[in-house]
Amino acid sequence: MPDMSVKRNAMPLLNIEKRKTTYEEVALGYSEQDALSEASRCLNCKNMPCVKGCPVNIRIPDFISEIKNKNYEKAYDIIADASLLPAVCARVCPQESQCESKCVRSIKSESVAIGRLERFVSDLHIKNAESPSPAPSNGHKVAVIGSGPSGLTCAGALAKKGYKVTVFEALHTAGGVLVYGIPEFRLPKEIVNKEIDNLKKMGVEIRTNVIIGKTFTIDELMSEHGYEAVYVASGAGLPNFMNIEGENLNGVYSANEFLTRINLMKAYMPESSTPIMRPNKTVVVGGGNVAMDAARCAKRLGSEVYVVYRRTEKELPARREEAEHAVEEGIIFNYLTSPVKITSNENGYVNGVVCQKMELSQPDESGRARPVPIEGSEFTIEADCVIMAIGTSPNPLIRSTTPGLETNKKGGIITDERTATSKDGVFAGGDAVTGSATVILAMGAGKEAAYAIDKYIAEKQGE
Amino acid sequence: MFEIINKKILNPTVTMMDVYAPDIAKKAQPGQFIILRAAPDGERIPLTVAGYDREKGTVKIIFQIVGASTFILNQLNEGDCISDFAGPLGVPTKTDGLKKVCVVGGGVGCAIALPVAQKLYDSGCEVHSIVGFRTKDLVILENEFKACSKKLYIMTDDGSYGEKGVVTSPLKSLLDSGEKYDEVIAIGPLVMMKFVTLTTKPYNIKTTVSMNPIMIDGTGMCGGCRLTVGGKTKFACVDGPDFDGFEVDFDEAIKKGSMYSREQKHAYDNACNLFKKEAD
Repeated sequence: MPDMSVKRNAMPLLNIEKRKTTYEEVALGYSEQDALSEASRCLNCKNMPCVKGCPVNIRIPDFISEIKNKNYEKAYDIIADASLLPAVCARVCPQESQCESKCVRSIKSESVAIGRLERFVSDLHIKNAESPSPAPSNGHKVAVIGSGPSGLTCAGALAKKGYKVTVFEALHTAGGVLVYGIPEFRLPKEIVNKEIDNLKKMGVEIRTNVIIGKTFTIDELMSEHGYEAVYVASGAGLPNFMNIEGENLNGVYSANEFLTRINLMKAYMPESSTPIMRPNKTVVVGGGNVAMDAARCAKRLGSEVYVVYRRTEKELPARREEAEHAVEEGIIFNYLTSPVKITSNENGYVNGVVCQKMELSQPDESGRARPVPIEGSEFTIEADCVIMAIGTSPNPLIRSTTPGLETNKKGGIITDERTATSKDGVFAGGDAVTGSATVILAMGAGKEAAYAIDKYIAEKQGE
Repeated sequence: MFEIINKKILNPTVTMMDVYAPDIAKKAQPGQFIILRAAPDGERIPLTVAGYDREKGTVKIIFQIVGASTFILNQLNEGDCISDFAGPLGVPTKTDGLKKVCVVGGGVGCAIALPVAQKLYDSGCEVHSIVGFRTKDLVILENEFKACSKKLYIMTDDGSYGEKGVVTSPLKSLLDSGEKYDEVIAIGPLVMMKFVTLTTKPYNIKTTVSMNPIMIDGTGMCGGCRLTVGGKTKFACVDGPDFDGFEVDFDEAIKKGSMYSREQKHAYDNACNLFKKEAD
């Protein structure tokens, strides 16, 4: 009989006081007992609505059944069939708007904590599993551009089929947004490194410090370096700004810069040589996961932190858990608020943000209520640091150096539903196509691309 | 890893290195830059390419020891390896079609100005060069400039070598004497470039400046290098580093350049103390 308790098993969390100063992981993960108890809440529905909510269609009731039977490694295999980075996705997927939102239990009580169960199984696997070994080679070479979630997924899927895959990364460390963007307290780098090590053991070559579009072009990869297909997963690296007065003052960061300094360049460690401001009062603009990450990092640098978001709590695009953790950590949310100007002292350092209050009106083209300013509602928040976390756009380096690669007016690469671009042999996916989205969607595209590339090369062989 | 093939101390604060990086050497153009990390866990430092040897596969960098990271880089010797070296980044300096150009370099900026002057000279352009330094001991690349310039003016602040004064005084004299340049290209400290643009503006001669702000990734990702150019925000790493000098908001750039001066001083002192300890 399923456990019909209304509440899901709580996630054990790091002590709140500790969270304000350290970068240790906040969500500690289920114990075996928690996992067994939570798994027993699953009704094992025949029509599996949760699977339809998962962008990579993990067979969720099946893996939960294996947890019930204590076959944890089997449960992992079921997840790994569909997802290359389970330990990562378990931590960063917005489950509440995907699989868990479709859970039948959520009609009358809390949904089954699918993400937490996924994490329990994946963490256990990481602890105990043997390293993978390379598949027999099929003699074909494929290049993957970008080592973020989409690129790694595609590389892993192709390596399993015997392809010789090289992943090109512009930065000095592989992992993309998983290492430069998402902070340690939400996704420990040890987990990302483990996943990347596994790929290397599967025979994937990772070349850091290579900027495609600069060091090599895509045409050169295909004509001079012998790659038969290329998967472009270069992400949406270009930070957006609001184009308001004062945005170039000292103390104004893009979330990308702030997070990169802290995560990739380890500015949070006292022995790091990367300079970072230690602000007293920080305003973070935006309401997505990146805004939450930036706010919580600023908090850990010792700052008082205000998040300003132009819609209400209901529209907040961040993962619910991240917003909850931010509130617990003492971050103050100003909803229906939008900056109009950033002010400075005589030396060019930020000293405040002039904001105006907003109200919601008719839905806009995105289907969300459009915020409109309330006249005469301006007020100033004092601050010595401002972080813009209002989204990113695809990087122009590849589109500007790849003739024949069509892009849309926002700079995203145009593909068909199977990730093929307008250029023969070139495939693309993830944020480079969609603009900033989620890790799981990027992974889904990487998986799709591996399938499409395999088919493309097989067909070419047949000709 | 990227091996240092050749190292030369140009003056007490400026060092030159040829680094083995064949993929970059094959592609690099004057005006572009590389990003390096001297050692794992180090800072990413952007340095404009000071030359390249496509056959030997080396890229030349010339850097001034200004902070902790350049101090650590300078500890490396021939045969040692730089842990990360990526590029070439940025847009190359446009030299096509130029027939007569005045190249103005200031301090270590001369290292970046030189390959531009050489490329112009090789394409048959008449090059006049004005190079400025604080004092005689800091003068670098004199012979190299001589070889590619029809006229060369060396200026020092204290008059200990060449002529006493700033680079803008010979520039103004040349312009007053009726020299008609297709373009003036200025590379050096922000204040120098600002005054070069103020000097050329009345003559309405196109003036290109090379901006070298704080940056992390060099590919457009962080936005830390943004500048106001012609009233619009530009990223020096992908839109530059060369910009129309008349359009650049120099005062803003000068303020931004000092953003981490306090933190950098602290890091520099720490790095120096560390090496002092090792030496003891």
